[in-house]
Amino acid sequence: MISLAGRDILHAWGKFIFTGVGLGLLIGVTLTMAGVYRGMVDDGKVLLDNSGADLWVVQKDTLGPYAESSSMPDDLWRSIRTMPGVAEAANVTYLTMQVARQSNAGDQDVRAMVVGITAGEAGAPGWPPQLVAGRQITRGHYEAVADIATGFQLDDVLKIRRNHYTVVGLTRRMVSSSGDPMVFIPLKDAQEAQFLKDNDAILMQRRRTEANPAFNRPGVPGLLDAVITSQTGNSSVNAVLVRIQPEFSQEEVAEPIRRWKRLTVYDRAQMESILVGKLIATSAKQIGMFLVILALVSAAIVAFIIYTLTMDKIREIAVLKLIGTRNRAIAGMILQQALVLGVIGFVVGKISATFAAPLFPKYVLLTPVDSVFGFFAVLAICVLSSIVAIRMALKVDPAEAIGG
Amino acid sequence: MAGKGIHIEGLSKRYGEGDTAVLALKDVNMHVAPGEVVGLIGPSGSGKSTLLKCLGAVIDPTAGRMVLGDEVIFDDAWKVRDLRALRRDKIGFVFQAPYLIPFLDVTDNVALLPMLAGMPNNEARTRALELLTALDVQHRAKAMPSQLSGGEQQRVAIARGLVNRPPVILADEPTAPLDSARAMAVIRILNDMAQRFQTAVIVVTHDEKIIPTFKRIYHIRDGITHEEAGEGRSFD
Ligand SMILES: Nc1ncnc2c1ncn2[C@@H]1O[C@H](COP(=O)(O)OP(=O)(O)O)[C@@H](O)[C@H]1O
Ligand SMILES: [Mg+2]
Repeated sequence: MISLAGRDILHAWGKFIFTGVGLGLLIGVTLTMAGVYRGMVDDGKVLLDNSGADLWVVQKDTLGPYAESSSMPDDLWRSIRTMPGVAEAANVTYLTMQVARQSNAGDQDVRAMVVGITAGEAGAPGWPPQLVAGRQITRGHYEAVADIATGFQLDDVLKIRRNHYTVVGLTRRMVSSSGDPMVFIPLKDAQEAQFLKDNDAILMQRRRTEANPAFNRPGVPGLLDAVITSQTGNSSVNAVLVRIQPEFSQEEVAEPIRRWKRLTVYDRAQMESILVGKLIATSAKQIGMFLVILALVSAAIVAFIIYTLTMDKIREIAVLKLIGTRNRAIAGMILQQALVLGVIGFVVGKISATFAAPLFPKYVLLTPVDSVFGFFAVLAICVLSSIVAIRMALKVDPAEAIGG
Repeated sequence: MAGKGIHIEGLSKRYGEGDTAVLALKDVNMHVAPGEVVGLIGPSGSGKSTLLKCLGAVIDPTAGRMVLGDEVIFDDAWKVRDLRALRRDKIGFVFQAPYLIPFLDVTDNVALLPMLAGMPNNEARTRALELLTALDVQHRAKAMPSQLSGGEQQRVAIARGLVNRPPVILADEPTAPLDSARAMAVIRILNDMAQRFQTAVIVVTHDEKIIPTFKRIYHIRDGITHEEAGEGRSFD
């Protein structure tokens, strides 16, 4: 027996390729959407991996530092480090803001996550684990390591709030959970950028403090200065990153910090569930909606194409039935054509998604699992959408071939 | 192959029920011997197509008896279970329009039927080529139907009707679209093939050019058949 579906496809191959490519672009968009979601999840994981921490110590009852703002004194890390099982503890600040590059052609700004890292050496929690160019920060001020996704280059001068920084190193795939590239600067500078008030505000506050008789007491010299210093100091950080000693479990270290320091502590798994389950949950639903819509549109297109291809063959189907072709063979012919369309569409979609993924501003991660799932979803959609055409073909009366 | 050709007795067909019922066939009696070609002639609405559909097992007759070869296929009810296989194996159809399958080449259009009956592809194609040769279209064996002339298409359609060596061929206005030379050629082919394969052939026609060629003619009027002798003129 010859393949009726195959012969029909060869006969009308232009039509099949053309609609297959159209369907393929739609499937490509669908795969890319799934890749955008995977990319978001991966960004979150990379963020956690790159922080080099086992535990995140944050302000009590917050989901900080990535999902909610968290603020805590910058001297707590010392006492955390002395807790049992703690190998290393380091302050860190995170602030997403516009970072400007100064150039002759005028300033150009990029949205970035500015990370304040403690003075120390490479490998400390919070530090970028690897550089693709240049060196790590060695001075306590005015040096920056930027991710290449910012577009910055070595020796560029960046402006973050009032200060200028020289780019000394470059990283790759150091991004925030929303995909913004990171810029690392020394902690002190970062604290200033985050918490420092502008000069006018400081001046106003100083006037208010001076005018307050409780602080400005003639009999107590130095009180006013002390109060003002404490008001204008920048002594907060967003979190303390903790690396634990290998012989301790995460919970063994976390529990005493919760109890004695009155802080909230997250381990890696909890942090991941905050990022994936809360921070990007809405975006994930949004993408899910798009996936559903795209699946419906693809199904409608396949159904329509298969329906019209079948409509064009009503006469031939009546003849085939009259000369004794079984319903099964006719249904099989339509089904096979739908599946071929689906396979062409999937191949075109997979190729177009693979080529398009790097062009997206945020990370698009195409996983083999999604491809396999997508492939079977496409086949399922094709089977379902050929049902209408099959039903119509089965209703064709062989008597129609004989005519009136 | 064919035993007794076609035998029809007291066949009737009613469309619909009650007030709207149409008695399209009232009393049809026909006999066509193996190797014989008979004409079926009648005005529009007389029941010709209905009769072909009953014989072709695509609609159910209401009552009567039909025998194909030595098999009683209908006796007030169908006596064969698989009407599809009956159509495939016992009845060859030739239509007014050739209705070839546009996506199969000439050979496979013909070979499809034996393939459907389970014959291996090569054997089916060999048999198709034999018939195409007999019908003098073997040179177009690899062509697609759209590349053929009307006469060539009709010959391919006849080959398709014959390929399973059915005891019966039902031809519905097979010469309508053809000029008189081609129409005569088709009738000659049908006669040759009937002789060669001992097939009983019924040709439904209006075509004045070919009516004189039949030795026997059935007239049908208001669903009732009357037999009469034809001129049986030579078609050469
Ligand atoms: N499907 C049908 N339902 C009801 N009446 C029909 C149907 N087909 C044919 N008829 C009626 O049966 C009669 C015979 O029709 P038909 O067999 O087509 O005649 P012919 O082919 O000789 O022109 C006509 O009166 C026609 O209206
Ligand atoms: Mg008719």
